[in-house]
Amino acid sequence: MLGKGILKGLVETARNFFGSYAEKERLTTVQFPEERLVQPEAARVFPFLLYDTDDAEKGLRCVACKICEVECPPKCITIEKSTEKKPDYAGNYAGKPQFYPAKFSIDVSVCMSCQICVEVCPFDAIKMDTAFELSTDDRFGGLLWEKDRLTKSNEYYHLIHPTEAAEVDAQLAGKKAKAEAKPAAAAATTGAAAAR
Amino acid sequence: MSVEIAEDRMAELTGDPDSGQLLEISMGPHHPSTHGVFRMNVTLEGERVVRLKPVFGYLHRNHEKIAENASYLAAIPYTDRLDYLCSMTNNWGYALAVEKLVGIAVPERAEYIRVIVAELTRLQNHASLIGFLLQDMGASGTPLMYAFREREKILDLFESLTGSRMMCNYMRFGGVRVDTTPEWLEEVQALVSRFPQFLDEFEKLLTENEILMSRTQGVGILPRELAINAGVTGPMLRASGVNYDIRKVDGYGIYDRFTFRVPLGEHGDVYDRYMMRALEMHESLKILEQALREITAGPVIDPKTRLRGLRPKAGEAYGRIESPKGELGFYLISNGTTEPYRYRVRPPSLINLTVLEDMCLGRSVADIVVILGSIDIVLGEVDR
Amino acid sequence: MTAQTISAEQVKAAIEAAVPGCRVEILQNGSPSAQHSLVLDHKHATEIARFLRDDVELRLDYCSNVTGVDWLDTEVSEKVKTKKLVDGVETEVEEVKKTTVPGRLEAVYHLFSMEKKHGPVIVLLRTGNRTDDVRVPSLTPVWRSAEFQEREVFDLYGIVFEGHPDLRRILMWDEFADHPMRKDYVPPADDDEPLHAATGERER
Repeated sequence: MLGKGILKGLVETARNFFGSYAEKERLTTVQFPEERLVQPEAARVFPFLLYDTDDAEKGLRCVACKICEVECPPKCITIEKSTEKKPDYAGNYAGKPQFYPAKFSIDVSVCMSCQICVEVCPFDAIKMDTAFELSTDDRFGGLLWEKDRLTKSNEYYHLIHPTEAAEVDAQLAGKKAKAEAKPAAAAATTGAAAAR
Repeated sequence: MSVEIAEDRMAELTGDPDSGQLLEISMGPHHPSTHGVFRMNVTLEGERVVRLKPVFGYLHRNHEKIAENASYLAAIPYTDRLDYLCSMTNNWGYALAVEKLVGIAVPERAEYIRVIVAELTRLQNHASLIGFLLQDMGASGTPLMYAFREREKILDLFESLTGSRMMCNYMRFGGVRVDTTPEWLEEVQALVSRFPQFLDEFEKLLTENEILMSRTQGVGILPRELAINAGVTGPMLRASGVNYDIRKVDGYGIYDRFTFRVPLGEHGDVYDRYMMRALEMHESLKILEQALREITAGPVIDPKTRLRGLRPKAGEAYGRIESPKGELGFYLISNGTTEPYRYRVRPPSLINLTVLEDMCLGRSVADIVVILGSIDIVLGEVDR
Repeated sequence: MTAQTISAEQVKAAIEAAVPGCRVEILQNGSPSAQHSLVLDHKHATEIARFLRDDVELRLDYCSNVTGVDWLDTEVSEKVKTKKLVDGVETEVEEVKKTTVPGRLEAVYHLFSMEKKHGPVIVLLRTGNRTDDVRVPSLTPVWRSAEFQEREVFDLYGIVFEGHPDLRRILMWDEFADHPMRKDYVPPADDDEPLHAATGERER
């Protein structure tokens, strides 16, 4: 019978229309911005720089090694290395003074959120943010993020990526314990030698 | 049966199209049916198409040159942006080519994860393609929205795994970037068990629809010999009745472990191409079921794999996979440095367009839209 | 990983038996993929291609990938010992002799068989140099799939395919002069920023 297929299809659309009142599966629309979906933990938008403690300058983890600058596929990161070293404020580098980025900027109009910089960073100093409503009316200055805008605290990192941040903290703590054990062990052996 | 198809064509091209009452129109680059910025210079005699010349390059960004000036690792996020509906399979094609070039082994769990995400990609690509095709035919909204509803569920899975819905940047040469959680696999399992219901509904909505049949059956017929000679691949080739699926032929990754059928068409028309996608989704679900059942524990990437600063020995390799659109190939030449000397993408969308004119000749303008829709192109890949 | 592969030597022998007078050279590939290629001479290329496509044993009916490769002029320096008269005495002098190996462009074809399910067989066509002798015979009359791809190679590398039915630029616009995939291509300065009419400087 001609028209049977169309009628079958209409039954389907009716099922979906009336079904949408009963089943959540069939009504998936979310009324943004009043309603918001929960972002998954792995969500990534643009990178930010991590600092420990409460001081963004002193506790910055980045040592300006420039690996991310070299590896960044669209080359949106610019780093200027400091001339002098700063003390290891947060205790991540076994008390050794480190260089720091005198200038660190990311051109987010170029950044493609690929998180290669996060993967290559050996110091867990750069991570991906999840904030996404970032429009600005200044297309040059407003999209070139400098250090003051990029630095975020470790607490913030824990807030947006709890599982990942806990893993990173555990790793860093392990490294720290190893680094502390070394001089202690060395001191113990020298002490023992002196006693002998 | 003529194998001299290409020769015939040369005579055709030298013929004079400027005789009689002809009208030249430019469809695109901003035409709603062209799926992006694609243009066709169409010559019409009345309503019939007598000549059709595709014009490319509106989205050209010289992807290959960019990758030749970047490290092997830095090229991966760029491959996401080729066929932006299927970033997972693009990643895989590139990773496979580098693995062939260097000789890297992939851990078993990573192979399973690759199959799972690639088949999910195929599901969402085929579902949205059918939606687009129906949209092009004038079924404005309904099938496309149903398809997108399901696609969004798959993209949510991708987002929770990789952090991004479409630009996944997930695979690495030697494995994948992060391991899946057991919950994620459970979610995939839940999606796989729900999906057949959607497919059934979708087919009830469309397959027997008289309007769809009259718009697609016998339209845009692609003969078998021409399809082979013109290098057409993917569901479009199989719709013309050629049994050629790289998952079966090469058995790359671990595809030789799964049992699935390769659906084949009979007529090579738009309706067959639509059916190929619908049937392939069923086969993808079969593969997913098996992969989820058999997935093994273990690492997803060898920690010793050198990602940063990879320097393959001088040489070349061609790696290819069955992407949802056809054969996606990557041709790499290394000269021993950290950057590929030659990086070439074999884009299935572009090469499938070779036969667009042949399929459209003698048809009406409304059919061009349907035929183009059935090829399944993504301009990010066509223009690179 | 390909289910069936055929060795380059096998294909070479078959070609030489079928096409008398042709020159086929095997190019070894040092990578673990071991995909070796065959270099064809221009005179017999179309004939060889037709043989590869139609031969019942080979049946390479599917030309998957066509691409160009640019090899720049390279300078090879080697130390040569020569005898010279220095202050009337014949002594052996070591000299560095520099020879320039002229560059070339290559068109690479990856062939597979859909009927026999084997491949890839890689064939190469080389141009004489990179400047004025850039013609190679087109294989589009044999495999239609080369149509757009050869146009792309012409566009991005500047190889002229003789016998191509419709050799125009494909990705770049028709007025564009250079070939951007060549290794020595220099992109123009940021031309999307217009010059200031009065000062001639770039304005923002």
